Amino acid sequence: MLGDGDKMWLKCLEKVSGNSCKIHHLYYQYIGSMRIRKTWWRKLLVAWIGCWIAVSVWIFWYMSSQAFEKRKETLASVCDERARMLQDQFNVSMNHVQAMSILISTFHHGKNPSAIDQRTFARYTERTAFERPLTSGVAYAVRVLHSEREQFENQQGWTIKRMDTFEQSPVQKDDSVAEALEPSPIQEEYAPVIFAQDTVAHVVALDMLSGTEDRENVLRARASGKGVLTAPFRLLKTNRLGVILTFAVYKTDLPSNAIPRERIQATDGYIGGIFDIESLVEKLLQQLASKQTILVNVYDITNQSHPISMYGSNVSDDGLEHVSALNFGDPFRKHEMRCRFKQKPPWPWLAITTSIGILVIALLIGYIFHATLNRIAKVEDDCHKMRELTKRAEAADVAKSQFLATVSHEIRTPMNGVLGMLQMLMGTALDANQQDYVRTAQDSGKALVTLINEVLDQAKIESGKIELEAMPFDLRAIMDEVLALFSGKAHEKGVELAVYVSDAVPEMVIGDPGRFRQIITNLMGNSIKFTKKGHIFLTVHLVEEVMDSMDVETESSSRNTLSGLPVADGSRSWVGFKIFNPEGSSHTPSPSSSDLVNLIVSVEDTGEGIPLEAQPCVFTPFMQVDPSISRKYGGTGIGLSISKCLVGLMNGEIGFVSIPDIGSTFTFTAVFSNGCCNSNDSKPQKQRLKNQSNTMSSTFQGMTALVVDPKPVRAKVSRYQIQRLGIHVELVLDFNQGLSSISNENKAVNMVFVEQEVWDRDSSISALFIYELIQIDQGTKLFLLGNSLSSSRTNTATSGFYTPSVITKPLKASMLSASLQRAMGGNKGNPCNGEHSSLSLRNLLAGRKILIVDDNEVNLIVADAALKKYGADVVCADSGKKAMKLLKPPHKFDACFMDIQMPEMDGFEATRIIRDMESNGHIPILAMTADVIQATYEECQRCGMDGYVSKPFEAEQLYQEVSRFLQPITSVNL
Amino acid sequence: MDVLSQLQRQLADFLASLYREGFVDDQFTQLQKLQDESSPDFVMEVVSLFFEDCEKLVNNMAKVLEQQVVDFKQVDSHVHQLKGSSSSIGAARIRNVCIAFKTFCEAQNREGCLRCLQQVNHEHAQLKANLQSLFTLERQIVAAGGSVPAMQ
Repeated sequence: MLGDGDKMWLKCLEKVSGNSCKIHHLYYQYIGSMRIRKTWWRKLLVAWIGCWIAVSVWIFWYMSSQAFEKRKETLASVCDERARMLQDQFNVSMNHVQAMSILISTFHHGKNPSAIDQRTFARYTERTAFERPLTSGVAYAVRVLHSEREQFENQQGWTIKRMDTFEQSPVQKDDSVAEALEPSPIQEEYAPVIFAQDTVAHVVALDMLSGTEDRENVLRARASGKGVLTAPFRLLKTNRLGVILTFAVYKTDLPSNAIPRERIQATDGYIGGIFDIESLVEKLLQQLASKQTILVNVYDITNQSHPISMYGSNVSDDGLEHVSALNFGDPFRKHEMRCRFKQKPPWPWLAITTSIGILVIALLIGYIFHATLNRIAKVEDDCHKMRELTKRAEAADVAKSQFLATVSHEIRTPMNGVLGMLQMLMGTALDANQQDYVRTAQDSGKALVTLINEVLDQAKIESGKIELEAMPFDLRAIMDEVLALFSGKAHEKGVELAVYVSDAVPEMVIGDPGRFRQIITNLMGNSIKFTKKGHIFLTVHLVEEVMDSMDVETESSSRNTLSGLPVADGSRSWVGFKIFNPEGSSHTPSPSSSDLVNLIVSVEDTGEGIPLEAQPCVFTPFMQVDPSISRKYGGTGIGLSISKCLVGLMNGEIGFVSIPDIGSTFTFTAVFSNGCCNSNDSKPQKQRLKNQSNTMSSTFQGMTALVVDPKPVRAKVSRYQIQRLGIHVELVLDFNQGLSSISNENKAVNMVFVEQEVWDRDSSISALFIYELIQIDQGTKLFLLGNSLSSSRTNTATSGFYTPSVITKPLKASMLSASLQRAMGGNKGNPCNGEHSSLSLRNLLAGRKILIVDDNEVNLIVADAALKKYGADVVCADSGKKAMKLLKPPHKFDACFMDIQMPEMDGFEATRIIRDMESNGHIPILAMTADVIQATYEECQRCGMDGYVSKPFEAEQLYQEVSRFLQPITSVNL
Repeated sequence: MDVLSQLQRQLADFLASLYREGFVDDQFTQLQKLQDESSPDFVMEVVSLFFEDCEKLVNNMAKVLEQQVVDFKQVDSHVHQLKGSSSSIGAARIRNVCIAFKTFCEAQNREGCLRCLQQVNHEHAQLKANLQSLFTLERQIVAAGGSVPAMQ
């Protein structure tokens, strides 16, 4: 059974695992087609459950039948065992009775006179009763023929009595029995009991042949020569069920094959034993252990249709029954034993639990598959939805980009107006300040246009398509531009603005100036937006420098600031940078990277700072600290996220530290290539970039200046700016030191810069200083470094006899140079800017042969007239092809302005062909375009154009571009 | 003399209104600056050239837009040309319409294109009328013996 169970389990397991494997396989096969799979799966699931229900039912049936079989077997074995034992014990008793018959034949009939009388018999039988535990009594009846009756009766002293009446009234009392019995009627022969055990003494003298049962028994016994049994009946006296065993006693020894007649002849008497079957079986069962569990019935089934119960209660139980045949040695009588279990069969718990367990497992597996399926379907649905949403989001993104493109177009149009007007304003007679304002306004306008382009670029950044240029640029010039851009606003707010670039930073670096400026502009823009007082300080250092000074500087910096207001400690903003934590960073500033310049730029302000809770999302696009801020200050909120992207593209990092109400310091690093090392290839551009500052610096080369400023930080900034003009700078803390320095004979101090703060502190000391200065008389010029115009004006009004020139901050090399020029050499004065450019244009263009290519006749005429105005010799061509023909070398043209968008052959293609034709020499080709987008510019460069000018011409820009290629013919005029 | 100064003031007012209403922008000023003794009718020439060009382009565009399948590329190139020449002479309003026109072309929006074309036509007519009266004024001033005041 157990082995069977194990096998079953194995089979089940095999089946389950096999099935699941198959299912998996099938699943993967069908994973592609969702719809088919869905219905298919549902069917499979139902089939699976159905199949497993069938399996578990079968298992239940199988196991319970096994249990039943086992029970049956147990019963059979138990029953057979009992039957055999019963039979054995019975046989033993029977043998004893038979032995007694031999005793009687030997000692009663074999001896004359008999050795046995009733008393002897009774005593003997009493004492040997232990040998016949099952017989309640033994009696001997002798065979008496009718002829011998009289003699017999006389001999015994009693008459033979009949039994049937006795049988009819068994209730009578023992003692009265003998007297009450009738004498037996005349018969052919009689079988009166002569000896009887005491227990059955009442049967003495009874004629056995007169009782129906006994008669039959006696007759059969003597005929067969074997022991015979009566049908079970109620015993006299005890009223218990019993059978009588009868043996015949023969006169002579008979052969075993004697025929019945001979046997009857030879019969001497009959010995009978009374068996108490009930007690017999009872005793037997008591001997055996399992009496409790098994119910035994013994039947006499000689008459098949009416089995006579010999033992056992007649409980009707149609349950399991086993029948064992009993052989008590009487062939005529048949007996059987029926065994049943007392209890009903127990519930087949094992089968039930096993099958239910299997069913549960199967259902669980089914459920798991179902759940998995649902989950997969759900995930697929979600995925589908996601895709839909993504599509929508992308569409929205496209719409946004389109919107941005449209809006920026729309903004550019009025901006052109603003810029044009400013351009015109530049052409009028303006003093230095006015000029600076106008230039600043114009720069800001241009920055706005750039910004619009940058907004357009946001889409590019978002899709990661932005690429950085690699061109040499002057970092300091960029800083000046940024400064110029914000100086107006700073003035307005009364915020001090300063730039400091460390001397260790190379003059030229290679990188993307536009993007670099964009980052700085953005940071500065934010700072100026949120700063109402104090300063904004932009510094550029090499990372290596900062690393060296890191631990030195920390303490002193808290008070030593530009405006004296506390600032957020900048060093905290870059503690997280990888570049400062060499372990685990990929680009440590190693000595081998001498070609790379690691810059660290920080913008420090004393603004209102960023609230702590908003600090984590500062670099998230469109995220502003508070919606009210955008109302208050404007702005889109994308600036910092763009900056972060750009910094990332420059292999740098950006970080900040901000303390509310004290200020913020933003710091970023960027990696550029050193522009000074490989200067050969990009000379003209560099030349141009250097041009302005060089012309300025040459004037003041070798001069010495003195800066009087008690604040080291501010003095450092001043020195930086003044040094850029080639002037040697000395720093002193106050007037006394200054005077001693000036009076030093060894060197000539050409100019003295005095911080307004120092000047205003005590006008008498200032006056004294001027006096001293005049006394020394070295032609030393005095300048005031003033924060704002108004205050310096009031001051100069009061200072009396000597009014020093005031240079308004923020200091810029160009501004400084202009002021110095005006102050030092009167006739060298700066010409009006507009005049300057148009004059220079005339210088540049006069007599030049220039080709203009444009398909639009109107444009052609206008451009023609404009250039002719500057004295150029202009030739027009209305198509790319014509231009191609005209520019086929050799030709006399000095430059070519080319429209980009033309039918048949556009400007790019024409340029490409022209460039191909050129063998030696290089005619400058400038694109004329209305939209000045970065992309167009890149395209221009790619096809060999040298630059671009806006259409219609803008004098300033035209000059800038043209001056790159054409050297002024008559430089003497300047 | 009185008539002349009156005319001159009228001209100045008229020009100012043209600027104010955005018919022309500073490019037109630039254009006027280019006019000198060597080419006394420069502005008029250029402007009439522009109008001719404009009419031609408008007609072409109308034809293209009428077709069943509109070749937006062609329209776009026409608009581009118109935009170029209008910005060259400083016809700000037309140029602005052209910018919108171009956007519609890129979006292949026929409705929008047609609307813009109508607008171009309208602006063109207005500008033409305005400039004609401007030139008439100028001629009157010249005829009266005065000179057209130079633009600042």
